[in-house]
Amino acid sequence: MSSNVNEFQILNADDDELMRISREGTLSLNLDEMHAIQAHFAKLQRNPTDVELETIAQTWSEHCVHKTFKSLILYTEDDRDTEKIDGLFPTYIQRATEEINKPWCVSVFVDNAGIIEFDDTYNLVFKVETHNHPSAIEPYGGAGTGIGGVIRDSLGTGLGAKPILNTDVFCFGLPDTPYQELPKGTLHPKRVFKGVVAGVRDYGNRMGIPTANGAILFDTRYTSNPLVFCGNVGLIPRDRCDKSVEPGDLVVAVGGRTGRDGIHGATFSSAELDDTSENLGSVVQIGNPIMEKKIVDALLQARDQNLYRSITDCGAGGFSSAVGEMGEDTGAEVNLENVPLKYEGLAPWEIWLSEAQERMVIAVPPENIEKLMQICEAEMVEATVLGNFTNSKRLQVFYEGEIVADLDMQFLHKGLPQHIKKATWTLPQHPEMSSRDEQTEDYTEDLLRLLACPNIASKEHVIRQYDHEVQGGIVVKPLVGIENDGPSDACVVTPIIGNQDAVIVSNGINPKYSDVDPYISAASAIDEALRNIVAVGGTIEKTALLDNFCWGNPDKPDRLGALVRAAKACYDIATAYGTPFISGKDSLYNEYRDTTTGEQRAIPSTLLISAISVLSDVDKVVTMDVKKPGNLIYVVGNTYAELGGSHYCSIHGYIGNNAPVVRTEEGRLTMLRLSSAIDKGFVRSCHDCSEGGIGVAAAEMAFAGGSGLSLNLNSIPTGEKIIYNDFLLFSESNSRFLVEIEIQKQADFEDHMAGVPIGCLGSVTDNPIFTVNGIDGEQVINTSIGNLKSSWQTPLHT
Amino acid sequence: MKPNVLVLRTAGTNCDAETDVAFQFAGANTSLVHIQNLISSKVDLSTFHILALPGGFSYGDDIAAGILLAVEMKHKLRSALEKFVADGKLIIGICNGFQVLVRTGLLPGVEISDNGNTETTQRSTLTMNTSAKFECRWVELETQQSPCVFTRGIKSHLYLPVAHAEGRFTAPSNVLEELESHNQIVFRYNRSSKYPSDNNNYPNNPNGSDADIAGICDRTGRIFGLMPHPERFLTKWNHPRWTREDLPDAGDGLAIFKNAVDYAASLLCTVS
Repeated sequence: MSSNVNEFQILNADDDELMRISREGTLSLNLDEMHAIQAHFAKLQRNPTDVELETIAQTWSEHCVHKTFKSLILYTEDDRDTEKIDGLFPTYIQRATEEINKPWCVSVFVDNAGIIEFDDTYNLVFKVETHNHPSAIEPYGGAGTGIGGVIRDSLGTGLGAKPILNTDVFCFGLPDTPYQELPKGTLHPKRVFKGVVAGVRDYGNRMGIPTANGAILFDTRYTSNPLVFCGNVGLIPRDRCDKSVEPGDLVVAVGGRTGRDGIHGATFSSAELDDTSENLGSVVQIGNPIMEKKIVDALLQARDQNLYRSITDCGAGGFSSAVGEMGEDTGAEVNLENVPLKYEGLAPWEIWLSEAQERMVIAVPPENIEKLMQICEAEMVEATVLGNFTNSKRLQVFYEGEIVADLDMQFLHKGLPQHIKKATWTLPQHPEMSSRDEQTEDYTEDLLRLLACPNIASKEHVIRQYDHEVQGGIVVKPLVGIENDGPSDACVVTPIIGNQDAVIVSNGINPKYSDVDPYISAASAIDEALRNIVAVGGTIEKTALLDNFCWGNPDKPDRLGALVRAAKACYDIATAYGTPFISGKDSLYNEYRDTTTGEQRAIPSTLLISAISVLSDVDKVVTMDVKKPGNLIYVVGNTYAELGGSHYCSIHGYIGNNAPVVRTEEGRLTMLRLSSAIDKGFVRSCHDCSEGGIGVAAAEMAFAGGSGLSLNLNSIPTGEKIIYNDFLLFSESNSRFLVEIEIQKQADFEDHMAGVPIGCLGSVTDNPIFTVNGIDGEQVINTSIGNLKSSWQTPLHT
Repeated sequence: MKPNVLVLRTAGTNCDAETDVAFQFAGANTSLVHIQNLISSKVDLSTFHILALPGGFSYGDDIAAGILLAVEMKHKLRSALEKFVADGKLIIGICNGFQVLVRTGLLPGVEISDNGNTETTQRSTLTMNTSAKFECRWVELETQQSPCVFTRGIKSHLYLPVAHAEGRFTAPSNVLEELESHNQIVFRYNRSSKYPSDNNNYPNNPNGSDADIAGICDRTGRIFGLMPHPERFLTKWNHPRWTREDLPDAGDGLAIFKNAVDYAASLLCTVS
C-alpha cells in the first residue's frame, strides 16, 4: 500500500470505535452503514483505505443518495395506526409522475436535471439545487458556488444544455435582528443577505445568464440556517439528451484545477450546524465564473461535434462521485497523479474528494481525444485524461503506480442499507385570531403594514443587481408596469430571439403554513407556482414541477412526520392537477445546535416548488399591472375564511389554524378556464392572490399600473359564508386571481368562465386613489396608490 | 453583397450570441471569432467590414472592466487593427466592448501630441457607477448631432437597457470639451423632469456619467461605443411595457445595426 494512503482500522472495531471513526472523519455515516462497510471488508479480509472509505461516505451521503427519501418510514398520525411507507420518493414523487405520464416528459429523475420538450428542435432542462450549509458559513462563496453548481447540472444533463436562465430563492433571518440576540457563531442575517445576493449576482452576471425569477423570504428561524435555492434552465437539442459510457472511453476532466477547497462538502451538508461550524472553512468551495463560462463555450462545441458520449459535473464528492456514477454500469480506472493541481501536497483521498469548482468529467472515445483537446486549447480550458472506463464493474483508483482504492461498483451503489425511521405527526392547535371588524372600521393601516412585510415588500434593490436582460430573450421581466417596478408573477423567456416559443418559470413557497400543517404548506406551494404560470398566460396542461425540500433533522420523528405530510400533499395535488415532477432535491439537517446551552432549533419546514411551462405564442402573454381606467376588475375563484398561517394573522401576532386548503377540483377548473380566457384575449391583466390575499394583490395591480381602483367586497364569490371584511380582504385561499377586463369583452369573459365562481369587484379609476367598500357598503380602505407603493418599496430599499 | 461582421469573443464575453443575431437581423454575414484565432492568424481581420466588441466580463474584468482585452488587442493585434481603421471600416463596442475601446484609446480617438505625432492612448474612462453597484434597468437616450455612422437618421429618443457596474463615463474637462466641439457625443441619458438634477439625473443616468454621456464616437463617426445594449431590443417583446403599449415590431436597437450594415454594404463591399 502506498505511503500516501492510510488504512481505517474497522475490521475489529466495536460500535463506539466505528462511530468515532465516522464522526472524526466528517463521514456522516451511521452505525448501520458502518456495519455494512465492516461486513463488506471482512469478506475481503482487509481494512479499507482512506480513499475507499471516503468514497463510500460521499456516495452514501444524504446529499448524494437521498437516503431519507428512500428509507422505510413507520408513520403515525395523531393516534391512528402506524402506516408503513417504503420510501417517500418512490411512493409520492416518482409515482405521481408515472401516473400522470405526460408524453412531453423526456427524462425524469435519472439525469442531473429533468428534461421536457420545448419546440421541434430543442428540449428544456431544469434543475434547482440548494447550497444552504456553505452559505451559512461563507455567504458570498457559498451562494456563488451554489449557482455555479446548478449551472453545471444543466451542462451535465444529456450531453450538455446551454444555460438560458437562473432562478434564485432565498430564506433569511429577519434583517432587523438585534446583534445581542444572534446565536453563537451565527452571521447576522443582513450580512448573509448581502453576501448571498452578491455571490449570486457576481456568478450569474459573469456567466451571462439572466437571473429572471426568484423570491426572498424572512423568518427568525432561518437566522442560523439560511436557505439558498439556485436553479437553472438549459436549452438542449432534442438529439443530445441521451448519454452512455462504453468501456475504453477515456475519463477526461475539463476545467479548473483541483485544490483542497470543498473537501467533505457532501458529508458536511448532511449534518447539523453548531456554533463551531464557522471554523470549517475548507468545506466551502471557491468559485470562478469565467472558468465555468469557458467550459460551457468549449463543451457545447464539442457536444455539437459529437466528441464525447457522456458528461457529468463534479459536484458533491468531486471526482469520487462523478467517476463513480458515470462508471456505475461499466467500471473505471483513474490515475490521480494525472489530476492537475492548484498546488502540491494533496493526499490522494483529498484529490479524489475535493469539490473544487468548475470541473466536468466527460467520456471520450479515444479517436476523438485530439479534436477535443484542440477545442479546449482554443477556448483556453485545461482538459486532462485521468484514466479510462473499463468493463471490470470496479472503481479502481491509482496513485503513482499503486492502487489506492479498489471498490466493487455494486457495493458502492447498492450496498447502502435501507434506513428504517420513525415519523409522527400531531396537528398543532394555535390560539385563534378573531375578526377585527368590531375594533376597527378601516383597514388602510393593515394593508400598508402588509405591503411593508419583508416577505411581500419590493425586492427591486436586489433584482436590479442581477442582469435579467442578457441573452436578449426575456419578454416578461421580474418587474413590470408603467414604471417597470411592479412584482411580476413569473418570468417569460424566448430562448431563440424573434421566435414566438417561450418558456415560463415561476415558484411557490409558503413556509408559514407549515406551522399549521406541512400538508397545506406543500399543497399551497404547488397551487401558487401553478397560479403564477397561469397568471402570465401559461396553462397547467403544459407545466412540470420541481420539488426542493429543506427540512430539519429527519432522524427526529416530528420533523420526519412533517416531511411525510408534505410528500403526501405533493402526490395528491400533482396528480389532481396533472403536473408531473421532473426533478428535485432535498436538503435536510437544517438545524442549529448551541453546544453550550444544548438548545436545538430547526428551520420551518420549507418546500420550494418551481414550475416550468411552455408557451407557443408569446403574443398571448399578460402582465399583472392594470392597464386602463374604465376597465373592470374581477375576482376569479372562491374565497374561504382561511387566515391560518396568513400574513394578516402574522402582523397581529397570531398563527391561527384555518390555513388555506387546496381544493383541486375547483382549482383545476379555475386555472384551465382562466388560461383559455387569456389565450382568447379576454384578459388585459392578471395577478394571483397569495400573501395578503385580495387586498395586497389589488394594491399591487393598482400601483404597478399607475391607476386607482374602486372595489366592493360584497361581490367576492365565497365558498362559505363570510361576514367579516378583513377575512374577505386578507384570507389567503388558494386558486384565486384578480383579472382586468375591458367592458366590451365583459360578456365574452363571463360566458367563458361559466361554472367558475367569479365576481366583478370594481373598476380601474382615473384618479390614483385606492378605495374599498365593505360588505355593508361602508368604506374600509381609502388611500392613494402612491402611499401604497411607497409602503411596499421602502422596507428593503437599502 | 452582404457585409461581413466579425463578432469578437474571448473568455468571459457573454453578449456575443445576441450581438451576432442583431447583425444577422440587419442583413449581414456574421462570424463569432475567438481572439485566439485572430492572434494566430487563423482568421484574417481584413476580410471583414465591421468589427463588433460585445458585452460581458472579458477575462473576468480583472483589474478593471475591459483592461486585459484592451491590452491584448493593443499588443497582439495592433497592425491588423490599425489597417482596419485606416481602411475606413466600422467598429462598435457595446458595454464591455465600449470599455475595451476606451481603454485602447480608439475612443474617443487620436490625440495630437506636442511634437505633432498622433497617439492612440486612453484619455477617458468608464468607472464604477456612483451607486457603487451593478444595475440592470431601461434608460431613455437622447440622440445627439454627431458624425456617427451607426445612428444616421435614427429616432431622437431611444429606449434601451443597461446592465453594468462600471459604466460611469468620465474624462478631463479638456477631453469633454473636445468631445462636445467635435460632436462626438452620440447618446446622452435623457434629462427629464422626473429625475431630480440634484441626484445627477439618477436613475435615468444610471451610473453618474459626466454630461450624461451614454455613447461616443471617434471624429470619423466610424468607431462607436455605448454602455446601453441595442442588441437587447431587437423586437417589441424586449420592451418592458410591450403588454401595455402599442409598439412597432422592430425594437429601437435594430436601427443601429442596420445603419452599420447599410453603410458597409454601400461603401465598403464594393472596394474590398
